[in-house]
Amino acid sequence: MTTHPLPSRTSRKRALALSAAALAAALTLSACGGARTAAGTDGGTASASGGASCVDTSGDTVKIGFLNSLSGTMAISEQTVRDSLDLAAEEINAAGGVLGKQLEIVAEDGASEPTVFAEKADKLISSDCVAAVFGGWTSSSRKAMLPVFESKNSLLFYPVQYEGLEASKNIFYTGATTNQQIIPGMDYLKEQGKKKVFLVGSDYVFPRTANKIINAYAEANGIEIVGEEYAPLGHTDFATIVNKLKASGADAVFNTLNGDSNVAFFKEYKNVGLTVDATPVVSVSIAEEEVGGIGVDNIVGQLTAWNYYQTVESPENTTFVAAFKAKYGDDRPTSDPMEAAYTSLYLWKGMVEKAESFAVADIQEAADGVSFDAPEGTVTVNGDNHHIAKTAYIGEIGPDGLIYSVWESDGPIEPDPFLEGYDWAEGLS
Amino acid sequence: MDALFSQLFAGLSLGSVLLLAALGLALTFGQMGVINMAHGEFMMAGAYTAFVLQAFIPDAGISLLVALPVGFVVGGLLGLLLEVTLISRMYRRPLDTLLVTFGVALVLQQLARDVFGAPNVDVRAPAWLSGAVPFLGMNLPKTRLFILGLAIACVVVLALVLKLTPLGRRIRATVQNRDLAETSGVSTRATDRLTFFVGSGVAGVAGVALTLLGSIGPTLGTNYIVDAFLVVVVGGIGQLKGAVIAAFSLGIVQAAFEYSTTASLAKVLLFVVIVAFLQVRPQGLVSVRTRSLA
Repeated sequence: MTTHPLPSRTSRKRALALSAAALAAALTLSACGGARTAAGTDGGTASASGGASCVDTSGDTVKIGFLNSLSGTMAISEQTVRDSLDLAAEEINAAGGVLGKQLEIVAEDGASEPTVFAEKADKLISSDCVAAVFGGWTSSSRKAMLPVFESKNSLLFYPVQYEGLEASKNIFYTGATTNQQIIPGMDYLKEQGKKKVFLVGSDYVFPRTANKIINAYAEANGIEIVGEEYAPLGHTDFATIVNKLKASGADAVFNTLNGDSNVAFFKEYKNVGLTVDATPVVSVSIAEEEVGGIGVDNIVGQLTAWNYYQTVESPENTTFVAAFKAKYGDDRPTSDPMEAAYTSLYLWKGMVEKAESFAVADIQEAADGVSFDAPEGTVTVNGDNHHIAKTAYIGEIGPDGLIYSVWESDGPIEPDPFLEGYDWAEGLS
Repeated sequence: MDALFSQLFAGLSLGSVLLLAALGLALTFGQMGVINMAHGEFMMAGAYTAFVLQAFIPDAGISLLVALPVGFVVGGLLGLLLEVTLISRMYRRPLDTLLVTFGVALVLQQLARDVFGAPNVDVRAPAWLSGAVPFLGMNLPKTRLFILGLAIACVVVLALVLKLTPLGRRIRATVQNRDLAETSGVSTRATDRLTFFVGSGVAGVAGVALTLLGSIGPTLGTNYIVDAFLVVVVGGIGQLKGAVIAAFSLGIVQAAFEYSTTASLAKVLLFVVIVAFLQVRPQGLVSVRTRSLA
């Protein structure tokens, strides 16, 4: 038998100090990770330099790039977007391609790192010579890619709802901007007679920007914001925040929490005796695939604001859902970002066909008014701000984990990323 | 007044979660000096145990009660395996245990992702734990009371084991003076293994308890590992008593900060307090007295 003497007390102490330092370093790194955003320029002001494009359209194929996080913390979400992009590409190829050319996909992994997104975007444009890139999820990844697309004068199709206040002629935004998701969410609460709203969100750019807009909206519409709380990303102890919520006398909650935090929040919400009937929660980051992880029991009856649900009734959606399930399995739900990504590929196809060219300048010129009968309903590209007109839905989470629309806007809402059409929003952007 | 008591309870409840997470670590890190970064992943293993059991036992209440001992064994066996295969080779190199166990933690996370999938899963809470108990005008959530009770039970059992059983005596003897214990006929090798089994087992139990509060995902452990180390360091190395006091103090302080400021700021303030405290008392709240000559 061997003995393993423990190290002396001094070396234990040193070990302790070193491990404490290592932990501190790890903490600092993770804290920076949340805030790390590459500087991006807002607005479509960059000049279209970058020389002649190297896109090769002489053969039977044309290359396009898919750029999503397939590893790292965002992989859970972005993999679903990649799946629906693959489906769209397959369908388009089977139907004869774009302008008679088959799509050749160059796929890259953004690894949940904004800097990697920027590097890979550069690689896709400069060495793979793709005609357009589809992908990105977090605002920090988009902000990191934006200068690349502007300086190389290429096109990015970005499929996720975001905080607005941005427009670039090199990016097409096919997810919702604030006036297509957050404002309809507030409109719905106002319609329901809610007067005191509590805001809870994760502590990063999207919730803080969204809540700035909600505060301005509330002031103009006679709604009182009775509390505004932020939890660090990954935060799982909501006892205090829910205590404050309960004490605030709120009659509704607007929730911009991300990821795991939702589970802890909704479990705590239910445990302290808050109910959907008295204090409904409107969430903007919970889609079909998240509901299972939160636990249907904990969240049934709660509200979400999106532009698409798997349950949307249209022939286009029936086809989309069936095709998706046939390719990836019956247990896989479809969600808003997936649908927006799927739609983005068809919108690009529509623009190319209208322009009869794969060239960026021709596409930008042809973009305005291009429309597509998407699973969510008909969407139309706005040539001025490169967002798309979409229908807003407020949905209720059903006992089966799917989301059912309880309210929808009168037709597609024109995108207004800078909220220029709202008097109360002056000074926000 | 209501708010004060509610927050006090929130603090106690947070403290009990911290205590459960740190208790096993107080044994393996505190008593043995092994920096086990995979401790959080043992908690994750306990949580997934509860999830798997729920698939076989339809009654959520029974499956939770079954999951507690099974989670202990699952966490314990993982810890035992880690001790036998890797840690036993590096008791002389405590810093290397940090790197090795960090690697093990990453492997376990990926394993969980491959087996259970990347999205989080949910464990249903039993019906008798839903809702709240009215008390002095407050509503105390039953899940939090359950976790508080569980944490206290774990401390009591662990304290009794350490104080009264032959295993406990061997553990204490080994910690106080390993060479003398060895000479007196204590198999320190076997003691090491058992200590690791118990410490990791408690992590498994903590994981089962956490399913009542939040989500179960591959990164569940990383959310708690830093807090668990903090509790052990603040409490004083090698002291159960210290861990208990530290866990509840940190819980209450954090809840108080969080109520008066914000969740993000509370975390920062808590670290400031801890750093200041460690300047005054680097050995932690309760310091160990050993007969070791070194």
